[in-house]
Amino acid sequence: MLNQEILEILSKSKAWGWVLEPEAKRLLALSGIAVPRFAWAKTPDEAIAFAEQIGYPLIAKVVSPSVIHKTEVKGVALNIENKIALTETFHRFSAFDDFQGVLVEETLQGLEVIVGAKIDDQFGPVILLGVGGTGVEIYQDVSLRMAPIMPEDVESMVKGLKAHRLFEGYRGSEPINIEALTRMLMDFSSLIMALDEKIMSIDLNPVFCSAATCTVGDARIMLPES
Amino acid sequence: MNYKRLFEPESMVVVGVSLHNDRHPANIIFRKNRLRYPIRVFAVNPKGGLIQGDRVYKRVADIPEKVDLAVIAVRADLVPDTLAQCISAGVGGAVVISGGFAEVGRQDLQDRLVDMAVEADFPFVGPNCLGIFSPGRVDTFFLPGERTVRPESGNVALVSQSGGVLVDQMVNFAGEGVGLSVAVSIGNKALVDEVALLEYLSKDEGTDAIGFYLEGFKKNGGRAFVEAACHCPKAIVALKSGKSPEGGRAVSSHTASLAGDYAVFSQVISQFGVLEARTQFELVSFCEALSCYGETIDGKIGVITGSGGHGALTVDLCSAHGLEVPVLSKKIQEGLKQDLSPSVQAIASTGNPIDLTGSAVDDDFVAAAECLSRTPEVGCIVLLVLPYSPGTTSDLGARLSEVYHREKKPMVAYVPNLERYRMLIEGFEQNHIPVSPAIEGAVLMAKALRRRTC
Repeated sequence: MLNQEILEILSKSKAWGWVLEPEAKRLLALSGIAVPRFAWAKTPDEAIAFAEQIGYPLIAKVVSPSVIHKTEVKGVALNIENKIALTETFHRFSAFDDFQGVLVEETLQGLEVIVGAKIDDQFGPVILLGVGGTGVEIYQDVSLRMAPIMPEDVESMVKGLKAHRLFEGYRGSEPINIEALTRMLMDFSSLIMALDEKIMSIDLNPVFCSAATCTVGDARIMLPES
Repeated sequence: MNYKRLFEPESMVVVGVSLHNDRHPANIIFRKNRLRYPIRVFAVNPKGGLIQGDRVYKRVADIPEKVDLAVIAVRADLVPDTLAQCISAGVGGAVVISGGFAEVGRQDLQDRLVDMAVEADFPFVGPNCLGIFSPGRVDTFFLPGERTVRPESGNVALVSQSGGVLVDQMVNFAGEGVGLSVAVSIGNKALVDEVALLEYLSKDEGTDAIGFYLEGFKKNGGRAFVEAACHCPKAIVALKSGKSPEGGRAVSSHTASLAGDYAVFSQVISQFGVLEARTQFELVSFCEALSCYGETIDGKIGVITGSGGHGALTVDLCSAHGLEVPVLSKKIQEGLKQDLSPSVQAIASTGNPIDLTGSAVDDDFVAAAECLSRTPEVGCIVLLVLPYSPGTTSDLGARLSEVYHREKKPMVAYVPNLERYRMLIEGFEQNHIPVSPAIEGAVLMAKALRRRTC
């Protein structure tokens, strides 16, 4: 399950105690979990070249080991419409401490869900599913299960949420693809069991769930203090 | 490890009796077992002598038989030597009452006991605990008998990290008529912990349901506990203290913040079919119901009452606890109406709750209980019996119990707890129909039957 590439990502990240987002997304992709098309651009030209491949509008995020919470420090730019805006954003981000480039990625849509994991002292690897987005700690609407989980657990995790009707298609919106969510959680569960104490916790928040797919919008992997 | 001689001893030695202080814990344990239990009891103190006319042996090895259980109540630093004496004398297991180990920072002393015990394959409970209470067999609690209330012998086992909470819970069990197979206070749980006891009790023939009071598990202990619970065919109930979130702890991920110790505990034990009691009242109510019924229900409740208000309160409580009170089909309602006495037929509501009104007589309750027992529309019957109603007699408890034993649909009852209603209540309880003195208790008993199995 944990190939050499994943182990290298983890060992490189030890220096700052967490995994930079482009590396976290690469780690997830290596584990079979859907992530958006993305590039880690070190220069404005690299960013623009990638933007031309995937098309606008897109998202840019600062990459810096000093910035864990990007939104709070305005390190995320949504809806970038063109080359000028992208260049401007790149320059703005380059003023951040320990700037290491910009993560450029396609815009995603869907229901915002949080998928998480932590290594619990008493129960070991534990998986979380809940209402995602910036309000997660306000709604606190989450289901928790000890890993490894079974596909039936995913069903009961969704049913256990107060917001479960949002998953099932509420007021005209299409239901989310529950098979895609189940597949993601099963792959995530295997990954967490394999990682075990190599990590402390993981937030995939938001994960965008639509009628078609479930894709990780943002990923934060925290490593244990060694 | 074999726990048989530890939990089912025929002989015991109390090590550490005092020759001049009769209120010493060891003396209380010696005396109560000597006088009240069918167990051969010996006393040990290095000085020898007599305790209330009985010989005090200087060493465990001096006792003229191989003793099953040792109760150790000596100073912490003397416990390792005492344990060694027990092991070499062929004792079957020990309860270490003494404190002064990990709870005061002497992890090293505690680890020594564990190392000795593991090497000798010798089980011990504690240290820093009350030990074992097994009705009609043995009682290592150092509480004078006249100061406590002891539950009768029964089929529920209780395991508690706290001795005090265990004694409280035993008082509650006695009050509700719930019998115990064994109660164990595990204290520092150095060797015999929740998981070991769960594995032992899941095979114990005298135990049908197991209640736990938990404070916390050691590293990965929760995982071992739920894995053992998953393999246990018996009902397991757990009450945990320490539910409030640890404030002020800086947490850098949402998951770490949302998945606090209690949130994880609560959802994970339920994932593995352990029923969580949130209060002591829930613990006793759940255990009482599970001591009577092994089957599980789907959560549809039929309510039979002699008062509309009691019915309405019950429906509210059912809804709050996630139970459904479905309206009965026309066919069932019409059938039931015909079975009621003529004066009640005209005024009773039969939708569910079935309100038989204050004019109801015993026969009406029996007819309603039979009707609900025979329909798959409900899985459990909540009976709200008001003995002050003129048509209700003291026989009603026993008569409704007969309906259960004929039809086998679980029923639970609420009866106000007054001494003058004792015969009615015992009519239920002696026939293994659980009764609560609170409406909510009856609803909780029904809720316990909806437990999931792993």
